[in-house]
Amino acid sequence: MTDSKYFTTTKKGEIFELKAELNSDKKEKKKEAVKKVIASMTVGKDVSALFPDVVNCMQTDNLELKKLVYLYLMNYAKSQPDMAIMAVNTFVKDCEDLNPLIRALAVRTMGCIRVDKITEYLCEPLRKCLKDEDPYVRKTAAVCVAKLHDINAQLVEDQGFLDTLKDLISDSNPMVVANAVAALSEIAESHPNSNLLDLNPQTINKLLTALNECTEWGQIFILDCLASYLPRDDRESQSICERVTPRLSHANSAVVLSAVKVLMKFMEMLPKDLDYYGTLLKKLAPPLVTLLSAEPELQYVALRNINLIVQKRPEILKHEMKVFFVKYNDPIYVKLEKLDIMIRLASQANIAQVLAELKEYATEVDVDFVRKAVRAIGRCAIKVEQSAERCVSTLLDLIQTKVNYVVQEAIVVIKDIFRKYPNKYESVIATLCENLDSLDEPEARAAMIWIVGEYAERIDNADELLESFLEGFHDESTQVQLQLLTAIVKLFLKKPTETQELVQQVLSLATQDSDNPDLRDRGYIYWRLLSTDPVAAKEVVLAEKPLISEETDLIEPTLLEELICHIGTLASVYHKPPSAFVEGSRGVQHKRLPPRAGSGESTESPDVGQSGPSEAPPAVIPSQGDLLGDLLNLDLAPPTATVPSVQPSMQMGAMDLLGGGLDSLVCSSPMGAGLGAAPAAMPASLGGAPAVGGGLGDLFDLGGGVGMPTGSYVAPKTVWLLAMKAKGLEISGTFARRGGIIQMDLSLTNKAMSVMTDFAIQFNRNSFGLAPAGPLQVLTPLSPNQTIDVSLPLSTSGPVMKMEPLNNLQVAVKNNIDVFYFSCQYPLSLLFVEDGKMDRQVFLATWKDIPNDNEAQFQIKDIHLNSDVASNKLQGSNIFTIAKRTVEGQDMLYQSVKLTNGIWVLAEMRIQTGNPNYTCTEPRIVYANLLHSQ
Amino acid sequence: MIGGLFIYNHKGEVLISRVYRDDIGRNAVDAFRVNVIHARQQVRSPVTNIARTSFFHVKRSNIWLAAVTKQNVNAAMVFEFLYKMCDVMTAYFGKISEENIKNNFVLIYELLDEILDFGYPQNSETGALKTFITQQGIKGQHQTKEEQSQITSQVTGQIGWRREGIKYRRNELFLDVLESVNLLMSPQGQVLSAHVSGRVVMKSYLSGMPECKFGMNDKIVIDKQGKGGTTDEPGKSELGGSGKQSIAIDDCTFHQCVRLSKFDSERSISFIPPDGEYELMRYRTTKDIILPFRVIPLVREVGRTKLEVKVVIKSNFKPSLLAQKIEVRIPTPLNTSGVQVICMKGKAKYKASENAIVWKIKRMAGMKESQISAEIELLPTNDKKKWARPPISMNFEVPFAPSGLKVRYLKVFESKLNYSDHDVIKWVRYIGRSGIYETRC
Repeated sequence: MTDSKYFTTTKKGEIFELKAELNSDKKEKKKEAVKKVIASMTVGKDVSALFPDVVNCMQTDNLELKKLVYLYLMNYAKSQPDMAIMAVNTFVKDCEDLNPLIRALAVRTMGCIRVDKITEYLCEPLRKCLKDEDPYVRKTAAVCVAKLHDINAQLVEDQGFLDTLKDLISDSNPMVVANAVAALSEIAESHPNSNLLDLNPQTINKLLTALNECTEWGQIFILDCLASYLPRDDRESQSICERVTPRLSHANSAVVLSAVKVLMKFMEMLPKDLDYYGTLLKKLAPPLVTLLSAEPELQYVALRNINLIVQKRPEILKHEMKVFFVKYNDPIYVKLEKLDIMIRLASQANIAQVLAELKEYATEVDVDFVRKAVRAIGRCAIKVEQSAERCVSTLLDLIQTKVNYVVQEAIVVIKDIFRKYPNKYESVIATLCENLDSLDEPEARAAMIWIVGEYAERIDNADELLESFLEGFHDESTQVQLQLLTAIVKLFLKKPTETQELVQQVLSLATQDSDNPDLRDRGYIYWRLLSTDPVAAKEVVLAEKPLISEETDLIEPTLLEELICHIGTLASVYHKPPSAFVEGSRGVQHKRLPPRAGSGESTESPDVGQSGPSEAPPAVIPSQGDLLGDLLNLDLAPPTATVPSVQPSMQMGAMDLLGGGLDSLVCSSPMGAGLGAAPAAMPASLGGAPAVGGGLGDLFDLGGGVGMPTGSYVAPKTVWLLAMKAKGLEISGTFARRGGIIQMDLSLTNKAMSVMTDFAIQFNRNSFGLAPAGPLQVLTPLSPNQTIDVSLPLSTSGPVMKMEPLNNLQVAVKNNIDVFYFSCQYPLSLLFVEDGKMDRQVFLATWKDIPNDNEAQFQIKDIHLNSDVASNKLQGSNIFTIAKRTVEGQDMLYQSVKLTNGIWVLAEMRIQTGNPNYTCTEPRIVYANLLHSQ
Repeated sequence: MIGGLFIYNHKGEVLISRVYRDDIGRNAVDAFRVNVIHARQQVRSPVTNIARTSFFHVKRSNIWLAAVTKQNVNAAMVFEFLYKMCDVMTAYFGKISEENIKNNFVLIYELLDEILDFGYPQNSETGALKTFITQQGIKGQHQTKEEQSQITSQVTGQIGWRREGIKYRRNELFLDVLESVNLLMSPQGQVLSAHVSGRVVMKSYLSGMPECKFGMNDKIVIDKQGKGGTTDEPGKSELGGSGKQSIAIDDCTFHQCVRLSKFDSERSISFIPPDGEYELMRYRTTKDIILPFRVIPLVREVGRTKLEVKVVIKSNFKPSLLAQKIEVRIPTPLNTSGVQVICMKGKAKYKASENAIVWKIKRMAGMKESQISAEIELLPTNDKKKWARPPISMNFEVPFAPSGLKVRYLKVFESKLNYSDHDVIKWVRYIGRSGIYETRC
C-alpha cells in the first residue's frame, strides 16, 4: 500500500469530491478520504471547509482513523470553535475508555485544541487522568497541564492542577516524574518568583532517584531542572555532583551536556582545596572530548559550549589541544568553532603544534576560515610572547603568497602585534608597504595607515604614502578617514617642516567638506590643539599607548556566568542571554552561578573594555563624567527637548565611544575620549561654524545642556502590548505635552513574520475625555522586524467616564491581522494647561477655602534641588509658582495647576536643604516623577 | 521546547508538518525554505535564527528535517531527537527518502504524535513503539486488558527497551567490536593526532529478562584486580592486537540499558539487553594505538607543469592476518591534464572527476610494503593561488581491534527461566576500519 498517491491530487472540485467520500458508508473509503485531507493539509491547502464531515468520522473504533481525525482537529479547531464543540463528547467518552492508550490519546489531543469552550470540558477528564491507575495516562496528563496552562493559566491555578502536578514528582513511575518536572519547570518559567518548583533536599532526592531509571529524555528534563537548584552548602553540592557524574557516560550527548551544566554550576560552591574538586575537574574532560565524535550538528553545539567552558575553567581542557585540530572534511561551522577554541587553549606548551596547524589552515579554500586562521596566528603572537617571532615570520610568509584576503588579514593582525611589542618588529614595515596598493578593505587600509602614521619617522616616504590615500578621501569609509586624519597629524608632529601643507589639507577636508560629525569633531580638536599649544598636542596625540590585552573577544564575565547556567541550550549556542531571542516573559529571568566558595574570588572579573572612559582624569573637562553618563543612557531615557532627527547621530556617538578598536588609539588620551562623544550630540549647532575656537566653546555649553532639557517631562517608553499577546505586534509608548498639545508617542514593532498594514486606534471612555484627535498615521506597511514611531495628537473632548485608577486609559489597536486591547496609564501632568497661573489674590482666597479633607501631604525624598531649580523644572510642566517665602531657613513655594477640565490644584512646597516637603491636593506620583526625572 | 517539526524534500516542498506550539505559525514553514533550503550560500550553521524563531536542521540524503522553536530549548536535545527520529523512521520503513516518507506519512504523523508531546520527547525506543504503533490501526481494539497494560508499562517502565515474555529455542548472542581508527600524520611521519573510536554492537536472542555482565581488558579494572597489566610494559604495544593485557580507555558511553551508577562506582557493566541488535557502548582511546598502515608520501614539483608522486604503504600487524578493501586516495591538482601510474600491487586509476588517483588493493598481509609512483602532467595556469595539497587518505579493514580491546567475558543470568550462562551460544568478532586516516603531503 502506498500513501504517496494522496499527495498528487490537484484537480479542481477536489473539496467537493472529498466531502462525498467522507460521508461514504464504506469504512475503507472514509479512511482514504481522511488521508487525502491530511495530505492536502500538510502541503498547505486550506481544507477547513471539510470540518463537519471530518469530525463526523471521529466516532470510530479504528484507532488509525481516529488519530488522523484528531490531527485534523488540532489544526483547524481554532478556526471553527463552534463546530469543534461537536467533538467534545467523543473526547470525554474516550477519556473513560478501557484502553489506556485511548484514554491518553484523548487527553493528549484535547490539550492541543485551543478553544476556550473545549478547555472547560477538559478539566474534569484531566483531573481523572492525573490520578489514573495507568502510568502511561498519568505521564500524558502531566504534560497536558502545561498545555492547559499555556491556554489559560488562571484556570490551571483555580482548578488546583499545580498541586496535583507537584504530587506527581513523588510518583512511583520515573517517566511520570520526568514529565511532571518538565511541565512544572515550564510553568515556573512564566512565574519567575512563584517558587513553584519548591526544590528542597527531599524533592531533589526524589529527582536523583528517578534520574537513574527514566528515559534519556526524562534524564534531560530532570538534569535541566536540577541545574536551577541552589544547594544549601558545599556538602550537599558535592553529594549531588557525585550522583550526577555517572550521567557523563550516557550515549545521549544532551544528557552529557546537561550533566556538565549541573556540575559546572555546583562546582562553584566547592572549596578549591577539596580533593573532590580536583577529581571532578578531571572527570569533566573526557566526556567533553567524546562529544566531538558525535554527528557534526551536535559537535557544533558541543563546541559552542566548550568555548564557554574553556573561558570559565581553562584548566579542564588545557591538555586536549589535539582534539580541536581541524579535519579536512569537517563542515565549515565546525572548523570555525574549533579554531576559536584552539586559540583559547594556545599556551607556551603547545604553541609550536598550534602554529604548524594554523599555517596549514591558511592555505585552505574557504575564505572565512582562512581569514580566521590568519587572525589566529596574530592572536597567538599576542598571547604567547615566546612565539611572537615565529608568528611574525609565518605572517610574512603568508603575505608573500599575495593572496589578496590573506595579505589584508595579515596586515590587520600585524598592527596588533606592533602594539603589543613596540619597537621590536618594525623591520617588517618595508615589506608591508609593498602591498599598499592591493588593500581594498577598510579594516586593512586603516591598519596600514595607522602603521604608517605611528612609524612615520622611520618611513622615508611616509608623506607620499599618506598623500596618495588623501586623494580619494571622500570615497573612503569613516574608519579609514578617521585613521588618515590621525596619521597625518602624527606625521606633522613628527616632521613639521615638510608636511604643513598636508595637514592643512586633511584638516579642511575633515572639517569643511565632511558630513560626518565624528570626523568633523576630531578634525576640530586637532586643529585647535595644533593652533593653541603644539607641545600639548604632541603630548596628547603621540602619548604612549596602553598595551593591548592578551585575551581579546572574551565574553563579558556576568554574561559568561549566565551562559554557563544555560549550557546545552540555544543561549549557549548563540552566546546570547535568552532575553535576547525569546519573546515575552519566558526566560527573561537572569540566571546566576551560585556564590563562590571561599572569599571574594568572584569579584576579580577582568576589565574587558580597552579604553574605558572611566580612566579619564576628570580635571580636563569638569562635566565629562555627567556628559558621558547622559550619552550612554540615551537608549534608556531619551531626553525630551531634543529634535527627533538628532537622536540617531547621538547614539552613534555613544556607540563609537564604546566601540574601542582603532578609535581607542585617538581616544587613548583623556581628552579624546571626552570630546569624541560630546560634540556628536549637537551636530546641528555646528552646521556652518568653521571657526574653531568659537565652535568648541559652544559645544561645551550645548553639550552640558543635553542632560537638562526644558519643557514638560516625558517618561521613557514602556511596553504596553506584548508581542506574544498580539500575534507579533509589540507596542510601547509614552505620553507627552508639547506646545499645549497632548501627544501619545507610540512605537509599533512587528515581531511576526508577515507584513502588517491597516492600523487604526480607538480609546475607551475615560476620566478626562481623552480621544484621538486624528487617525493613526502609519502610512507604510510594517514589515517584519521593523519599528515605526508615531505621534498621535489627543484631544480632551471625548466622552467622560470615571476610571479606576483615575488615569487609566483603555486602548484598542487594529491591524490587518486582528484587534488587540491593552490599557495604560498616563501621567496627570499631561493635563496641566499652559494658563494655569493663578492670580495672587485669587490664590490667597482660594487657599483659605480648601476644606481639610481635600488636602493631602507627601514627602518627596532624594531630590537635591534648591527651590529655584525646582520651581523652574515644575514650570516646564505647567506647575506655576505664585509666591515664595523663606521661613526659618526653609523655602516655601506656593503653586497652582489647572487641569484640562478646569479643575484647579493648589500646592505648597517646603524645601528642607535638598528635601522638599509638599502640601497639596494632588497625587504625589506626578510631582515625584517630575522632580526625579529632570 | 520544540514548537514544530517539518520535513522537506530537496526542492523545499513540505512532506510532513506537525506544529506542537501555538507560537509557531504556518509561515515558519516558508521561512525555513526561503532562508535555508533556497539560500544562495552554503549553510554556515545547523541552527538558524529567523525573526526570533530558531530552526534546527539535519539532512539525510536529500531530505531536510527541521525542528522549530521560539524558546530557549536544550539545543543538544533537539539534535539528539532529530537523529532519533531518523533512526525510528529507518527502523519502520528503511531508507529515508522522499518516496518512503510520502508512502508512510500517516505512520509518521502517528509516530510524531507519540514520541513528541507538546514538544517534549517521550519514549522513542523502536522496540517499545513497535508494540503499539503498527500499520494495522485496528489492533488496539482486539488486545486484552493484560496486553494493553503490558504495553503501557513497557513504554513508561524502567525497562522501556525490552518487553516481557520473549522466548527463543536457542539462546544466542553476537558481539561485534567495531573500531574506526583515525590518524592525522605529518609528511615527515610524525603522528599529529590519532584516536580510535569504537563501538560494541550486540545482537541478543535471549529468552526472558536476562541480566548480563560484560567484561573487557579495561586497564582500570585489570589494575584493580592486580592480575594483568603489572608484568606488562604499558608503553610498549605488541603487534597484531593480541599482546596487550589491558588498555586505557579515555572515555566511554553506554546504551541506556546499562546501569551507569554501577559503572561509576564499580566500573562493572551490567544491564538487561534490548532484544535484537543494538549498540551496547561506544568508547574512545588515544594511547598505544596500533596503526595498521603507514603512508610515506613523496611529492616533487618538476617545473611548473609536472608533479612526481611516490607513495609507499607499509602494513604494521601480524603477518598471519590479512587486511582487506585497501584503498589509497592521492589528490591531484585541479589543472591536471594527464597521469601515468605504476604500482606494484593492486590497481590504480586516475579519476578526473574526483581529482584523485585511486589505488585499490584487495588484500594485504601484515609486515609487507607496497608502492605506487605517478607522474602528473599539469596544464599551465596563471592562477596565482597555490594548490592546497589535500592530505592522502586511506581506507581499509583489518580483523583485529587497533585499540587492543579484548572482550573478557559476557555472562548471562536468567533466574526465572531454566537456562544458564553455559547454555548461551556466544560469538565475538573484531573489525578495525579506517576512520579519517590521513597523511599530509
